[in-house]
Amino acid sequence: MSEDIVFWVLAVLAVAAGVMVFRFDSMARATYALLLSLLCVGGEVLLLGLDYLGVVIVLMMTLEMAIMAVFMVMYMMNPAGLMPMSMLHNKKGAAVICVSVFAALASGVLLARWPARRGGPPTDPTMSLGMSLMGPQMLTMVTLGMALFATIVSTVVLATRRGRYDRFGDDLRTRPADDPVPGGGGR
Amino acid sequence: MSEAVPPWAVVILPIALVSVAVVTVGFDAVLSAAAVRGRPGSLRELGFRAAAPLREVLRLLVQPSRRTTAADTALGRIGVVLVPVAAVLAGAVLPLGFRSLSDPTVGIVWFNAMEALAWAAVWLTGWGPNSALSLIGGYRFLAQGLAYELPHMFAITTAALGAESLQVGEVVAAQDGLWFAVWMPVAFFVYLLSAMAMSFWGPFGHPLGRDAAGGAAMELSGVDRLVFLGGRWLLMVVTAGVSVPLFLGGGHGPLLPAWAWTLVKTALVLAALVAGRRLLPTLRMERYTEFAWLVLVPATLLQALVVAVVVLNR
Repeated sequence: MSEDIVFWVLAVLAVAAGVMVFRFDSMARATYALLLSLLCVGGEVLLLGLDYLGVVIVLMMTLEMAIMAVFMVMYMMNPAGLMPMSMLHNKKGAAVICVSVFAALASGVLLARWPARRGGPPTDPTMSLGMSLMGPQMLTMVTLGMALFATIVSTVVLATRRGRYDRFGDDLRTRPADDPVPGGGGR
Repeated sequence: MSEAVPPWAVVILPIALVSVAVVTVGFDAVLSAAAVRGRPGSLRELGFRAAAPLREVLRLLVQPSRRTTAADTALGRIGVVLVPVAAVLAGAVLPLGFRSLSDPTVGIVWFNAMEALAWAAVWLTGWGPNSALSLIGGYRFLAQGLAYELPHMFAITTAALGAESLQVGEVVAAQDGLWFAVWMPVAFFVYLLSAMAMSFWGPFGHPLGRDAAGGAAMELSGVDRLVFLGGRWLLMVVTAGVSVPLFLGGGHGPLLPAWAWTLVKTALVLAALVAGRRLLPTLRMERYTEFAWLVLVPATLLQALVVAVVVLNR
């Protein structure tokens, strides 16, 4: 009974906060409304008994949204929402896409023939998650890790305007490097 | 390992954390006063100096609050309140002796997740008042977070790796003989650094720096200021407290009962952190970021590798 109450409170809060992302003018508020929504989702996952995944969702989403707020404020016009603005674009097209996707998914829920449950949940879901990631899914995770890492490196390379000739001079001999913001490593 | 606690412990936990924080603040105030005005002449004067933070609390309680133009009060308030709330929630896995309020199987990740909330909280506090210097303070803390969070995560992961469990009680149990601080010194050292960085304090006080007129806390006044700065002390107490079960053997120790050992060890870690503030100058974040990514991240990874090899060969 109490689990049902918690489920519905979190579910309603998650959806309501998700709606507010598009209602708020301020980028900071929109970002943190999204964070609230994701924290509620993390709570739902905890409710499923998947402790590790639930807490990791809370952890990662908090860090991600804290960083995302910076970019939202940086790139959007009127970041503080002091002037009226709208986060909605292409309203008609978006409405059509949303309704059709929702209809497709909802009909899938109703029409699919769901299999009966086989087996029970593992006693330690965190352990079995780890065994799965480090066992049968090892290749997936390693590939994914490399792909993400390559993306990060190439994004930084594309984004930075300065190269080693800017840092170390034409003959690459200037030490320490000529950086606009010197760091603490003394390179 | 951990035993069940009575339900009233939920009320006791914040009270206990606040009491420890008050004692620590008093200790810090005594050191501050001694540095400015010399040694105290009498025991009475010492007590007067130690009570200075409490007088400040009373002052803040009656101080009228200051308002700024076009402030985002809601977000600012959430940020201010989130600091102590995150600290107390993180404290839920903190064992006194061998008992903690709750000892979930993923306690270490829970602690990490709750302290991550403080990240968001400081930025929100800086954003709220619509004031440039306050916002700069908030951004500084995000940069600081990018510097300290990764080495910190590797450090606590190393402790979990040594115990082969994410449960704080299991980590304590695994240190029955040898403390993790002894054979994971790098992880312990990095943990202490990030404990200071997380409570944006001492050498990591740049987000609230004087060069930014108080940074993220600049526009805070009255109760807001009390809750925010008090929450920072709570964060420090909790992070210092968690270093005890993770690295210093928790309640394990000869003669004294487990709860006493926990208190003694926590007090020593807190004293080290307070001393660190006096001995180290404030670091600018670009300096710490480069150091963290080029030195601390590889060092903690190597430490984790060593521990992993040891654990696999056990």
